[in-house]
Amino acid sequence: MSATPVSAPIEPERSGNVGDVRTGGWLIRITIIVIVLLWSIPTLGVLITSFRAEEFVNTSGWWTALAKPFEAAQWTIENYRVAIEGQEFGSAFMNSLAMAIPATVIPITIAAFAAYAFSWMEFRGRYVMFVTVVGLLVVPLQMALIPILKLFTQGIMLGDYIIVPDLDLNQSFVGIWLAHTGFGLPLAVYLLRNYIGSLPSSIIESARIDGADHFTIFWRLIIPLSIPALAAFAIFQFMWVWNDLLVAYVFLGGAGKNIVLTVALRNLVGSTGENWQILTAAAFISMSLPLIVFFSLQRYFVRGLTAGAVKG
Amino acid sequence: VTTTVEEPPAAPEPPEPPEAPQRPSAGSTLGLSIMRVISAAAIPIILFVLLWLTFDFLRDADANRFALAGVAIVVGVGGVFLLFWMMNRVVDLLSERLRERVRPYVFVGPALVLLAVFLVYPVFNTIFISFENGNSTEFVGLDNYKFVFTDVNMLRSIRNTAGWLILVPLAAVSIGLAFATMADKLRRGEAVAKSLIFLPMAISFAGASITWQLIYSYRSQGFGSNIGLLNGIMLGLGQDPVKWLELQPWNNLFLMVIMVWMQTGFAMVVLSAAIKAIPDEIIEAARIDGASELQVFWRIMVPTIVPTIVVVTTYMVINAMKVFDIVFVQPANAENNGTVVMAERMLRWFFQLNHNGRGAAVAVVLFVAVIPVMIWNMRRFREQEAIR
Repeated sequence: MSATPVSAPIEPERSGNVGDVRTGGWLIRITIIVIVLLWSIPTLGVLITSFRAEEFVNTSGWWTALAKPFEAAQWTIENYRVAIEGQEFGSAFMNSLAMAIPATVIPITIAAFAAYAFSWMEFRGRYVMFVTVVGLLVVPLQMALIPILKLFTQGIMLGDYIIVPDLDLNQSFVGIWLAHTGFGLPLAVYLLRNYIGSLPSSIIESARIDGADHFTIFWRLIIPLSIPALAAFAIFQFMWVWNDLLVAYVFLGGAGKNIVLTVALRNLVGSTGENWQILTAAAFISMSLPLIVFFSLQRYFVRGLTAGAVKG
Repeated sequence: VTTTVEEPPAAPEPPEPPEAPQRPSAGSTLGLSIMRVISAAAIPIILFVLLWLTFDFLRDADANRFALAGVAIVVGVGGVFLLFWMMNRVVDLLSERLRERVRPYVFVGPALVLLAVFLVYPVFNTIFISFENGNSTEFVGLDNYKFVFTDVNMLRSIRNTAGWLILVPLAAVSIGLAFATMADKLRRGEAVAKSLIFLPMAISFAGASITWQLIYSYRSQGFGSNIGLLNGIMLGLGQDPVKWLELQPWNNLFLMVIMVWMQTGFAMVVLSAAIKAIPDEIIEAARIDGASELQVFWRIMVPTIVPTIVVVTTYMVINAMKVFDIVFVQPANAENNGTVVMAERMLRWFFQLNHNGRGAAVAVVLFVAVIPVMIWNMRRFREQEAIR
């Protein structure tokens, strides 16, 4: 994982960009380097702190370690060992996967269908529905937790009548998938509608003329063309879900077999006090998977995916 | 244990497809609306229940974690595809005329059902509570709203939130756009540069607060050496260390910096995807016609990606509206330091000061404040329809 800004490995040339006039001038390169350095400083601080021994962390600033990098006494991997052994990390990691992967795929699929309908299908009420969806973006998640928790554990009662029965979804993965899906949908629908709606109408029209129905168009045409947007959203939703503490804590619980990584980390904070060197190590471990996801999906952000599709 | 996974072809009861009328006129309207309701609501619900029945395994706390994760992923991911596939099959059974009129509701149905349960219902619940007293036992009319617009801390939080709304999206979107454009011109290293800007997105909020402690930390004389970077710099320059997070009103800006740091990666990645989607021919044509790089940027790139800029800005504005963690987790007291924001007030009243009514009233004010943003988006939505 490249967490340090130094010694950036040379990237393979992107295909769309070979030898054209777009090569940046010095000004651009310097600006980029300055921004990257500024952005990396806090992360660098975490990285360095996570490898320093406790007595050093508390007595000197993390940047002083850079001044004398070869003083072996101050470096240690003990923090990582403590962080990993402190909790049931393996099981929490698997739980996080079981929670995060469906909680990423489900909202994207549901949102892609809805976004397509909002962009390219004619039906009554679509403006109203879309406005409602966008408006729901602002609902603070925290506000929804208590009503939803009640719904999961008691159902909805109106007076003495049961409107929604108790589905007993609390503490279950299905419950947390649905919760994350519900909370992630407004942004997903919004972003994907924006992307899918901006695809050239000639593509869809020519497919319609060829007799394709909406499901076929969606599946064969829209999804492949929307890969950049889908990948981009997948990354964000995954990170969001992976890093979330609040929803996981409320719906999967703060202890027991079903705890996820963030909850395990939080428990670690509780059991080791405010130990920066361990917290920073733990923070880095939990960052690792989101970063892998980002790096593996990054190749989808390539130029010109829609270019030429019309002429083809 | 793993055998309880559902067998895929277990199709739910198709909602009486043969009923679909042959004659096109009057009577079919009712049938159509019924069909719409069924396809939009009933099928997803039936399926959710069906899937949920097979999910009991996932509740089993003693299950092997690897098996559980595997089953969860297969069932969760497969389940959602199955849902749409089956609904679409059901629609295909309808008469040709009805088919394409019902299908949109199948496409948006699951999204609407989930949103109704997870967001719309809580919203109404909140509006209801906002007219009630602290423990929701009595109706108090507009008292809570009066509080929102008179309390000193509330007024300050409204002012601060306005600052967050303007400055954070402005900074994050402009830096993100500038960076995405410039990185696009790099011959090599684009991926690395973008990844480093994106890195903060991978840190959880708990991680971010630890991270920025390493920058802003202040220790007064006799309480150990200063291990925050900014104060390290101050000391290096021969100045006294500063309590950055208590320095009113600038401490608000320092907290905004944290959010800009975390969110610029989002703006950058989304805008970068938009820039890369601009057909090369357009840009090449402009260059051949002698446009300078700045002209290409302002006259071609920016106008082309305006829809994306609007989306990202909207998202940032709304996120800034909801911000609470950054303020909430700071060791320094938000009220004394004047860093209160609305979402933080809402949570404080709701969960710590146990006054549901006031917390809910703040939330309702936030909903109302977003209405202009929604109208702006709707107008754009219609414009996009008109020009394509």
